[in-house]
Amino acid sequence: MRLYESVFIARQDISAAQVEAMADEFSEIITSTGGSIQKREYWGLRSLAYRIKKNRKGHYIMFNIKTDSETLKEYERVMGLNEDVLRFLNIRIDKVEEGPSIIMQNKNERPSRSPRDSGHDDGSEETKKDAAAPKSDDVATESSEG
Amino acid sequence: MTQLEIKREAVRKPFNRRRKSCPFSGPNATTIDYKDTKLLSRYTSERGKIVPSRISAVSAKKQRELAIAIKRSRFLALMPYVTS
Repeated sequence: MRLYESVFIARQDISAAQVEAMADEFSEIITSTGGSIQKREYWGLRSLAYRIKKNRKGHYIMFNIKTDSETLKEYERVMGLNEDVLRFLNIRIDKVEEGPSIIMQNKNERPSRSPRDSGHDDGSEETKKDAAAPKSDDVATESSEG
Repeated sequence: MTQLEIKREAVRKPFNRRRKSCPFSGPNATTIDYKDTKLLSRYTSERGKIVPSRISAVSAKKQRELAIAIKRSRFLALMPYVTS
């Protein structure tokens, strides 16, 4: 029994529920032979850095698996046959990371950050305008004084 | 002759900068993870190439780890192979 980390990317035009069903199906392969799923994460529909099989986006699922190499081979074979899977990566790890992975942490941060960023941008524009207006006033007063 | 030598020393001194230490070794070092694209992108050029360790000052051991992490990240389309 060894620990593995597995990430697979599913096609963009299937629903999140279907992705979860697929993930259940794959985890079934592991658990049916005595292995276990230590951690499971759905990263959501992320945009890909480049196109894979004409997809610009993909559903990412990550597993931390405890299993033997033969089951993993079977797991990889089934994934390769499934046409909804664009790509998968299985790597051996020494220990399962505690808590959610970095991607999940960033994902939780992002919704709170993006409105603030846009707000900040708006704010800066407003402040620029505000800053510009007093300046012209100052110039005007200065010129009137002078 | 003597004048020349003096000049050369004066020029060389300011460039004797201390070498930066590896950001992944030593205590409170960050761990390299292929999922951490924000960290990895700091060690790739604008084009998406891996920055050589002589520029980024990453130790040889950690540079190998870093290169593997970047390549994994590229394979999973978390990072680009090329950006044009």
